[in-house]
Amino acid sequence: MRHGSYRFVASFLAIPLALYAIFVISPFAQAFYYSLTDWTGISPKFNFVGLENFKTLANDAVFRTALGNNVILLIGLPTATILLALFFAYLLNVGGRANSAGVQGVRGNGFYKLAFFMPQVLSVPVIAVIWSVVLNSQDSGLANSLLGRIGLGPSGFLADPNLALYCVMWVLIWGSVGFYLVLFNAAMSGIPKDIFEAAIIDGASRLSTFFRITLPLLWDTIQTSWVYLAILALDAYALVAVMTAGPGGPDNSTQVMGLQIADNGFQYGRAGYASAMGVVLFFLTLIIAAVMLRATRRDRIEY
Amino acid sequence: MTLQLDVEGKSSVPQQVAHPVGAKDRSFSPVNVFSHTALIAWALLVTVPFVWALIASLKSTGEIFGDSPWALPKELLWENFSRAWGKGVGDYLLNSAVVVTGGVFGTMLFGSMVAYVLARYEFPGNRFIYYLFAAGMMFPTFLAIVPLFFVVQNFGMISTYQGLILVYIAYSLPFTVFFMHAFFRTLPQSIAEAALVDGASHSTTFFRVMLPMAKPGLLSVGIFNVLGQWNQFVLPSFLSPQKPVLSQGIATLLGSQRYENDWGALFAALTIAMVPVVAVYLIFYRQVQAGLTGATLK
Repeated sequence: MRHGSYRFVASFLAIPLALYAIFVISPFAQAFYYSLTDWTGISPKFNFVGLENFKTLANDAVFRTALGNNVILLIGLPTATILLALFFAYLLNVGGRANSAGVQGVRGNGFYKLAFFMPQVLSVPVIAVIWSVVLNSQDSGLANSLLGRIGLGPSGFLADPNLALYCVMWVLIWGSVGFYLVLFNAAMSGIPKDIFEAAIIDGASRLSTFFRITLPLLWDTIQTSWVYLAILALDAYALVAVMTAGPGGPDNSTQVMGLQIADNGFQYGRAGYASAMGVVLFFLTLIIAAVMLRATRRDRIEY
Repeated sequence: MTLQLDVEGKSSVPQQVAHPVGAKDRSFSPVNVFSHTALIAWALLVTVPFVWALIASLKSTGEIFGDSPWALPKELLWENFSRAWGKGVGDYLLNSAVVVTGGVFGTMLFGSMVAYVLARYEFPGNRFIYYLFAAGMMFPTFLAIVPLFFVVQNFGMISTYQGLILVYIAYSLPFTVFFMHAFFRTLPQSIAEAALVDGASHSTTFFRVMLPMAKPGLLSVGIFNVLGQWNQFVLPSFLSPQKPVLSQGIATLLGSQRYENDWGALFAALTIAMVPVVAVYLIFYRQVQAGLTGATLK
């Protein structure tokens, strides 16, 4: 350390660290503390109630519905998104396979990546508005007018308690596939071509090169994607808040934890209780990340 | 990280190298037809709703929800846009512009300062601070949202520009620090040392030498932050109820359709919200994809 550099380091860190501590760290820490109180959020006074909030939570029917819906999203969203993204990423690569080069972009590779990725750059309300109109339950709704033409009856979509959550899940999948396609595609292009060439010379088919080479070498990326999609599935607040009536959907069919936190914290004056929900959400996130990273851990392949 | 950037750059260069003599015609093999059919189908599924929304911004409500919602507008109703403007879209746009300008500037400045110090100086607590920022990328915002509201309220900054700007900066720091940290590590140490030997101070070295060298990284993470802060919805919905930003305003306008039934104006507002973002995306799509993929790959 040269003379004066400590002062320099301190001066560069002071403001950003202060901002981070005040607006990020301290609210996170406070949430844990408030989760043990009966704070309303309005009055400055509150009592320490221990784990009372968590006991109430366990019996809160709406919160359990919300949790259940998040779990459905947690299973469906990553599975569908990763499968679709892998499928398209592989099509982009295999389509252009000539004689020897194993990985070669299909014609229009750049265009497809440009188009598929698009939903990722738009804000959730924009996407939510467009899809809530496409999925309008009237006969003249966009999706229904297409369904009508192929002879399928009109569907209630977001108005149907059995379908509403899956409509939300579909919009999440629709918006995420392009992003993970680009991610997987980048990872696939990073695999050295001579591995594929060797496999092809040995007589491997397209499918077996995919399962024996591409997939194992992509495992790290898939694992990371899984964790991020799981975090996305635990949120879903913005889509639900904007897209479904109520909000929370017919008969709480699209209720999610984020919405419950917002409602309890800001509408019903139960800030302590909402913080307890936040703590549950935090531990769920942590568990999912830990489990996924552990369950899918393999020896890292260096190339 | 930077490896990821390189890979991304390479893969987007057309890879139409010379084919070996006798290579199959690429356009007509069955696999190729199948690939393109599936890819085009998804491309349509993604783009058609946007194009439809753009067209709907020039239609009347009757045409949007009429018997043939897929038809083109009979006449182009540009007044949808002026009505949207009259409903506050002009204000939302201004609020978004002010907050994103301040937010991105602050994020880039503070984020690169922290990243630079963490990447290039050894001091006690360096690793700790780095992990403190890295952890911020994982935590659900919703855990913090209720206490955050009261923190901002205690500063008297609910529904103010400065409140949103400071919060945006704080919540954008983790990724910016993480990304720029990787970037500063790849820059050669010798140049900074030469500048210091020549008598430049540490901060002069940073602003005059290192920051300009980090331009490609700054561009990627900068665009990422522009898009992220422009599209921010959860934070402003709770922290700025009286001064809505654009994405929040769109959600409010959708809510008010129950009484107003003016969908033409809503789609005009959507168009106003979409066009700048799509333009930025089309111009910088390589950096956008690199920045966003960098956000996920640790």
